[in-house]
Amino acid sequence: MTLSLSLDTPSAADQVWSVGQLSTAINRAIDGHFPAIWVRGEVVQCKVWSSGHWYFMLRDRRSQVKCCMFRLNASRAGKPPADGTEVFVLAKPGIYEEKGEFQLVVSRMLPTSAVGQKQQELERVKALLQQDGLFDPARKRRVPSYASTVALVTSPDGAALQDVVTVTRKRWPCARILFVAARVQGEGAVQELVRALRLVNRIPGLDLCIVGRGGGARVDLAAFNSEAVCRALADVRVPTISAVGHEVDISLTDLVADLRAATPSAAAELAVADRRDALRLVDDLSVRLAAGLTGRTRLAGARLGRSSDRLHASIEGILQGKRNLADRLGAQLDALSPLKVLGRGYAVARDESGRVLKRRADFITDQSFRLRVADGDVQARVE
Amino acid sequence: MRAMPKADRNSSIPTLAEELARLEEIVRKLEADDVELDAALVLFEEGVARLRAARDRLSAAELKVQAVLEEAGGDIRLTDLDA
Repeated sequence: MTLSLSLDTPSAADQVWSVGQLSTAINRAIDGHFPAIWVRGEVVQCKVWSSGHWYFMLRDRRSQVKCCMFRLNASRAGKPPADGTEVFVLAKPGIYEEKGEFQLVVSRMLPTSAVGQKQQELERVKALLQQDGLFDPARKRRVPSYASTVALVTSPDGAALQDVVTVTRKRWPCARILFVAARVQGEGAVQELVRALRLVNRIPGLDLCIVGRGGGARVDLAAFNSEAVCRALADVRVPTISAVGHEVDISLTDLVADLRAATPSAAAELAVADRRDALRLVDDLSVRLAAGLTGRTRLAGARLGRSSDRLHASIEGILQGKRNLADRLGAQLDALSPLKVLGRGYAVARDESGRVLKRRADFITDQSFRLRVADGDVQARVE
Repeated sequence: MRAMPKADRNSSIPTLAEELARLEEIVRKLEADDVELDAALVLFEEGVARLRAARDRLSAAELKVQAVLEEAGGDIRLTDLDA
């Protein structure tokens, strides 16, 4: 529906807005532009209805606005504030359509003085923990690559457990999640968180611990800023992830834990690997393993070939050496051979027994003897 | 509901991380030139067994969600959750 430009009379029924339509349209426009916001002001005329809802005005020097706070949120805020109390309210602006009134629907209320005290307490604890080295980057441990057993400390009522389970089931279904219940806000939350973190230390076979909660306003994060919880977290013997589920504020557990995640789902993504990546790695290792062995076998074959060549070469070398020696010895033998001397015209005389006759005295008259010449023996007689 | 075992993880069974780290080491040794063929074959066999174990581990189980409870006597008990 669009606004008619005719200012005299409406020309068609669909150019006329009903009051309700107008209120609804304006409400939608406001809703689109204003998420829940923090507003500061002074509370006046706070009335508590029998239903438990609170109605009051919030004002400053310039302006004022009607506010309502429904029973559930009002009961968490404690006593109704006295007139003139300065507060922060977390509220959604809108139009109360039945009356056409602009109003704030308040979900949280904090006296500004309390916030001041809280801030001071936070700074005090932070300074103490810092002094004791609990934020020291050197003490941060690495989250294991393939965590299989993960402890989760959170509320049984919040969305954190379901978020972690959903992400883990998708990424790393071979994991085991051990849920340790603890209140994460309100009275007793600090004690329960400390007890749960101590219990975590008694779980055998644990790889990792996530502590956290779903999103919430600043007041709800108080337990995660407590000194006792921070110290118990620092004492957890496995790597820790703090997931307090608040994008804007950092809690002290975020600083103490080994890793900080913006939400429990993000913590689960940091905690466990993606099975598809692990399977890809296994496939890659499988290919490299096979290639490694093939390469190794080829290398051994090549080495064997080289060894065989060397063996042949060495035998050939030995044989050649022997051949050379034989040739040399043959030549020497040849040079020494008496046949060579006989060839030059000399002769050797031997008696019947083969004794060489070297001197005149060896020759006896009428004795026969044999002369060895180059081409054979000659029978002879001494005269 | 069951009682928490004394030692949840038998120390002789390697974790997946240990399994993959050993596989990486085996592959690197095989890729290097200084392994004798006999040793390479032994490494290869070990590698194949570890690959199979890693694959089985990755493809088998379904996510298990359990609540950790402390009993009055201080014992820890686990209860399966349908989360």
